[in-house]
Amino acid sequence: MDGLDARVPQISPRRPFRDWFTTFGALAWSGFRRYATYRQATIAGSFTNIVFGFLRCYVLLAVAAGAVGGTPAGYRPDQLATFVWVGQGLLTVVSLWGWTELSDRIRTGEVTADLLRPIHPVIGYLAPDLGRALHGMVFRFVPPLVAGLVCFDLYRPGRWFTVPLFGVSVLLAVVGSMGVRFLVNATAYWLHDARGPIMLWTLAAGVLAGLYFPLRFLPEPLAVTLWVATPFPGLMQSPLDVLVERDPVPLQFALVALQAAWAAALLGLCALVQRRAERRLVAQGG
Amino acid sequence: MAELRAYAMLLGGQWRSVTSYRASFAVEMITNIGGTALDVLAVLVIFQATTNVAGFSLPEGVLIVSLSSCAFALADFAVGNIDRLKTYVRTGTMDAVLVRPLSAFGQLILMDLPLRKALRLPFGMAVLAVALRINHVEWTPARVVLLVVTPLAGAVFFASIFVLSASLAFWWVDSGEVGSAFTYGGRDFTAYPTPVYSGWFRVVFAYGLGFGFVAYQPALALLGRADPLGMPAWAGFASPLVALLAAGLAAAVWRTGIRHYRSTGS
Repeated sequence: MDGLDARVPQISPRRPFRDWFTTFGALAWSGFRRYATYRQATIAGSFTNIVFGFLRCYVLLAVAAGAVGGTPAGYRPDQLATFVWVGQGLLTVVSLWGWTELSDRIRTGEVTADLLRPIHPVIGYLAPDLGRALHGMVFRFVPPLVAGLVCFDLYRPGRWFTVPLFGVSVLLAVVGSMGVRFLVNATAYWLHDARGPIMLWTLAAGVLAGLYFPLRFLPEPLAVTLWVATPFPGLMQSPLDVLVERDPVPLQFALVALQAAWAAALLGLCALVQRRAERRLVAQGG
Repeated sequence: MAELRAYAMLLGGQWRSVTSYRASFAVEMITNIGGTALDVLAVLVIFQATTNVAGFSLPEGVLIVSLSSCAFALADFAVGNIDRLKTYVRTGTMDAVLVRPLSAFGQLILMDLPLRKALRLPFGMAVLAVALRINHVEWTPARVVLLVVTPLAGAVFFASIFVLSASLAFWWVDSGEVGSAFTYGGRDFTAYPTPVYSGWFRVVFAYGLGFGFVAYQPALALLGRADPLGMPAWAGFASPLVALLAAGLAAAVWRTGIRHYRSTGS
């Protein structure tokens, strides 16, 4: 019985990558389909995003109207409006709140089933999450953007590479957000109940990712520290700054590079935490 | 009398459950103050990024956000959990609530009173005290009464909004986040002076739904400032009336909803 484990024998040893992509694609598609079934929730959520878009947009426009030169923290009014409306669209795509799936599975013991699968648990959660994000990009990103375009003067990017770069930036934001959410949920391996850490994450994510106000409104040293020392600005503020071309070209690319570094670090940390957790996992609930 | 004892026991059960996980409760309580603190912090950051917001200075802004925070914290603590009604309706727990010989509303509130949110109100009141110090208010008896009544009327108003948006679940089970647009959205609306907003959005939220009377109009009356939007001075004293109207509407909709309720049959 030595050497018998749950790994699936490799079906086509000459094309290992193809297998890997097929599995990853199937998992991602399952994530997409899962969220596509909640149609009424999608409509309800978009409505709420749009109402909050109005609230935040008017506040930031009032700030711009009262600021010296009309450009608070270097944003023009149309850039601020874009910041708000695209931000409302991205909110669900990067999923800043409310993901407790992993911690729930750890508490109930169902997570043992994840460990039996022939795919690394981190990948097993990342792939469906990317599918979920794609669903968000199609169905949750567009409605607030349309509402913003209809009711406000939005900023049109002037550089040809801004929109593709924004796409990369959003992808990295989703990966980074998945990484942080995985880590926060994984505290349940040690604490059994991750409610405290999840509440802290919800609190920190909103303010430190730039949802309540652009982080550049903060004193510059504080903003730079947040950017470099925490993954939070990479979850929303960076993609939005890339899209509204707040910075000169080199800094625009540097923001995305910083996001990539954080995403890689977070995934590595997830793998490490997962390995440590498996050593001490006692399945709950038998 | 027996009814009161039943309610007291529901509340006692809540208390025992939180005291058995003390560390978790402490963390939740602190995080909850953090939530209210962040709302105030956001207003501070917004105001310091500019010279004035729609003609209002930072101290005036703090007064408005603190009145709004007190009202919302009180309402959220008392009836905020009613928004879980949609979960109860979907899972069928509502049936169990309805067969008991107590009012459905009272049970839903006491079954899950969020004791962890208890410290939000003292925090809001502390900010209000600071706001009153940094603003110049010429105290008259009418203004003292106004100061006491405003958070209470605002709380009744927000509580009505909570009940109204939760009642939506009687007709639309999957209403999901729609209610948040008016409860939390309403809180965000009242945190800033009404002239910040414009167009039909301002008309609907401030006057149509009545959010303008929670903090903005009373703050103007306290400060003795004329409304740049042209509402008369007595509008600052109208908040109890608006709150009563909202409460009446909420009660009517709630009763209709309870009568309309058909079990999900699961």
